Amino acid sequence: MVKGTRFVEIRDAGDPVALARRYSDEGADELVFLDITASDERRKTIRELVRGVASVIDIPFTVGGGVSTMEDARNILLSGADKVGINTGAINNPPIITEMMGLFGRQCVVVAIDAKRNYAEPADRGSGSGGGGGPPVMLEEEGSGRRFWFEVHTYGGKKGTGVDAIRWAQRAQRLGAGEILLTSMDRDGTKDGYDHELTKRVVDAVSIPVIASGGCGHPDDMAGVFEATDVDAALAASIFHYQEYGVSGVKRILRDRGVPVRL
Amino acid sequence: MTRVAIFDYGAGNIFSLKNSLEREGAAADVICDFAARPGGDGDAAADAAKHYDGLLLPGVGNFDPAMRAVTRDSKSGFSDYVGHGMPVLGICLGMEMFFSGSQEGSEPGLGVMSGEVAALPDTMKVPHMGWNSLQIRRRGRLLEGVEDGAWVYFVHSYMAQLPAPPPPGGGAGGDVVTAESSYNDVVIPAAVEYRNYIGTQFHPEKSGPVGRQMIRNFLGVCRR
Repeated sequence: MVKGTRFVEIRDAGDPVALARRYSDEGADELVFLDITASDERRKTIRELVRGVASVIDIPFTVGGGVSTMEDARNILLSGADKVGINTGAINNPPIITEMMGLFGRQCVVVAIDAKRNYAEPADRGSGSGGGGGPPVMLEEEGSGRRFWFEVHTYGGKKGTGVDAIRWAQRAQRLGAGEILLTSMDRDGTKDGYDHELTKRVVDAVSIPVIASGGCGHPDDMAGVFEATDVDAALAASIFHYQEYGVSGVKRILRDRGVPVRL
Repeated sequence: MTRVAIFDYGAGNIFSLKNSLEREGAAADVICDFAARPGGDGDAAADAAKHYDGLLLPGVGNFDPAMRAVTRDSKSGFSDYVGHGMPVLGICLGMEMFFSGSQEGSEPGLGVMSGEVAALPDTMKVPHMGWNSLQIRRRGRLLEGVEDGAWVYFVHSYMAQLPAPPPPGGGAGGDVVTAESSYNDVVIPAAVEYRNYIGTQFHPEKSGPVGRQMIRNFLGVCRR
């Protein structure tokens, strides 16, 4: 088995179809398309875009963003995606995970989790706080000793949910998720490397594949998360843009550091 | 032009598969039964032989609904359809249907190869999704030009379990396996071939250049 390298594409980063073809040809193991600001008027263009991308690549393709109904998921799959990413839609309506598994198969259902460290004591919401599948897992920050927990955020990171990310990952698996796409909001965009604590906690709590995301600024960051955790794949965007590395360059660096990759 | 029929169980996305065939210059039609074509002479098998050079059983869906779709008009419908030796490529679930049955369901399989389909052991992450290398046991037709150790993409929760020696009276025993793949200590049959039946547990249409080679090889078999 190998560790996957996945390329994430968000809109406004050039011609997505041309980029997708390039990354597929260069040896990316999987392509993830997240339309973070998916709005109704964009849905149709997204379908066309998904179709365009799916036509030129021959690697697995996950598409997410704004999925809240079975119809949304079906449209994405019928446009040529292999898997559907669902985030806010799953928190708001967890049974949709089970519905999607039933109709499309578990392997199509990617539950995306945006997690952020919360240093406040979790509010006691009584029995109603179990939305994520139990009370938050309290952790102690290395160095500072501060207590914190990983809170799930929705709506592109704008809204805290009070749901614990580790518990939610476990619940999502029970409901029918085939994969967890785990993004550290603390690290996203920082290029400080992946959040190993978050990644390790979630990977160890579930038995489905987990993809780490957020914070990758250098190929060494990818090697680092593979070495520090049992994560199945690492997702990055910006490092693949640099001609300096490219997908195959990144994978060669991983191989040289002893990470099993497809080359 | 090579003409291939893709059987649609009604369960999911066959876009990638159709696309991968068309990219290699084939014409791919989606069919959802083995009935005679309107305007033909009423003989489904003869129609099929006239119209198609090969049949694809795709890899998305569940065992029972897929088997029921394939045998809707009786199992002999399928046998007649491919009876003239039409090459059949079964991908993932499509390959699993070649065996006598599956733990995923209760419907009997097509039974063209001996063996049963069992759930992957719970020591693994299931569904197993990811790239794995192939250990080629014998080249067969599908694996021509594919290097030992080549990487292919798997998405599955079940695996074929084949009898080791060929069953009494000949037929398709464990010797149908052309390639295996190892997940830690679990060895799974990754590709099988027997007569006009070729099966892959992995997805060639999602396996980059290696998968493209296999699609071309299958289309080559169809043209023979």
